[in-house]
Amino acid sequence: MRKNFVFLPVLIIVVLIQLLTAWTGTIFYLTQMTMSAYYSLLIVGLCVLMGYAGQISLGHAGFFAIGGYISAALTTRNLTAHVEHPVVRLLDLLGCLQAGQDIYGDPLLVVTPWAACLLAIGAALAVSFVLGIPVLKLKGHYLAMATLGFGIIVYRLVLASEYFGEADGISGVPGFSLLPGLFVSGDISWRVTNYYIAWGVLLIAMLLLRHLIDSRVGRALRAIHGAQDAADAMGVDTARFKLQTFMVSAVLSALAGILLTHYNGGIGPSEASVMKSVRYVAIVAVGGMAHLWGALAMGMILNFLSLRGCFGSYDDAVFGVILIVIMLFAPNGILSLRLGLLSPLSLKGRQFFGFLRKKQAAKEA
Amino acid sequence: MLRIRNLEAGYGKLRVLKNISMHVDAGEIVAIIGANGAGKTTLLSTIAGLIRATSGEIRFLSEDITRLPAPKIPARGCVMVPEGRQVFAPMTVADNLILGGHALPREQKKELDRLLAHQYELFPILEKRKTQLAGTLSGGEQQMLAMGRALMSRPSLVMMDEPSTGLAPLIVRDIFQIIVRLRNEGNTVLLVEQNAKAALAIADRGYVMETGKVIIQGPAEDLLANSDVQRAYLGREKLEE
Repeated sequence: MRKNFVFLPVLIIVVLIQLLTAWTGTIFYLTQMTMSAYYSLLIVGLCVLMGYAGQISLGHAGFFAIGGYISAALTTRNLTAHVEHPVVRLLDLLGCLQAGQDIYGDPLLVVTPWAACLLAIGAALAVSFVLGIPVLKLKGHYLAMATLGFGIIVYRLVLASEYFGEADGISGVPGFSLLPGLFVSGDISWRVTNYYIAWGVLLIAMLLLRHLIDSRVGRALRAIHGAQDAADAMGVDTARFKLQTFMVSAVLSALAGILLTHYNGGIGPSEASVMKSVRYVAIVAVGGMAHLWGALAMGMILNFLSLRGCFGSYDDAVFGVILIVIMLFAPNGILSLRLGLLSPLSLKGRQFFGFLRKKQAAKEA
Repeated sequence: MLRIRNLEAGYGKLRVLKNISMHVDAGEIVAIIGANGAGKTTLLSTIAGLIRATSGEIRFLSEDITRLPAPKIPARGCVMVPEGRQVFAPMTVADNLILGGHALPREQKKELDRLLAHQYELFPILEKRKTQLAGTLSGGEQQMLAMGRALMSRPSLVMMDEPSTGLAPLIVRDIFQIIVRLRNEGNTVLLVEQNAKAALAIADRGYVMETGKVIIQGPAEDLLANSDVQRAYLGREKLEE
């Protein structure tokens, strides 16, 4: 598979970084790398929606928050007082509850992380479905404004609801045992494992998205981006493809929220804020819209710098500036500036490679 | 093949098509001519399902397609070449063509290569350009690509909206020759044109539209000879003898 040739070098770099931090005794960097990888999971999903299907969303922090908050609340909120409630009973029957003791030694009954994870993903699917049907009929600015409205609603909801911890958010979220030996947790002894879990999830998502883009669906998405009416007239069910892509990206965002919340041990309302959504859009733009690997690289670099505190208190301002500068000077992403020739996906790159191929053919003839 | 009865459609409260009735038989080229704003493009868009009809009926191959959503119609064998080409600019010529076959039923996907070869035979320039991005083609080449893309789904009826817009006269001649060739190969073509003279010259029958209504219809030669049509659309006034 020529299309997948990037995966191997990326995997090697991932391993090299881990070894490098081990040798130089800077293993603490892996924590931010892990968090960046989860944010990048959201970003690559958004990249397919924006770059390939051509639909903007300023509400993806909302889906991130839906995933994070639901799994955080379900795995921390004590259900002992509601044992008799039919819903709690049903969960118990399905084996979705686990008992324990809280820090004061009182009985604690919570939903297991796996069940919470599935419920959170289900919620993201349902919300994106219900939201997507009407909203995706809009285009351009109107779509941006509608999704912005959704993001604001989620933000205000988690900020206002006691169940979601108001301005404090939810803390004390337990670790998430994905598989035996794969424990998503911020505990230092699991740091290296978590680094690889995050990258594993991210690369699996990349593989699936890459596959999606190279398939018939990807061709249809690019057609929608190019000329929606013409795509409709060609028999492409544009409404369905747009909705499906929206839902895929929403689920990836929710998954990122779930895993990062278990990793951090908590989530706060800032994760749902509109500034976060704007940041994600900015990163996709820097990465070059229709460029999955570019979005991934920028997602890793910018989030890492931001999490390390390189931008200080100007964090959000820096992302605003980045957005303006990119739109002015490199609307096709930072990779298009000079490296454009290297990318077979970009217009220039294709022309360049076409030129090379022709030259080669001329030589052979 | 296509039968339209008392069709009405428009945008919001604006009624554009008023009581349109027409038909297209198999193997014909039917031209719809008329001035700007007569409703020609609206009519095609309504047949293609991009605009909802408010009343009336569209039957295609004796199936009622009036309420069918746009993406379902190409699979029935009725496909449109939209006005202004609307090729998918960031995709290659070959990808554009393959996308045209999107509506083919699953069991016919195997024939994609053969259909592709057929389009390349019909439009040799597209084969030369097949790895090029569609946005880099000239206007005439884009028009050919749009036509080839439509033909990929093996339609029984091709609707063409203003294929001559913005093209040099020499290219227009080529395009019209291809339309005639399509008809000779057994296709049926519904042609919307402002270039009334050229359209009627290759058509079997024609309809003249004005402010959302069909005002004159008949065999193409009769329309060409009709003094009203000549005065209004062919830019030629016969002096009294």
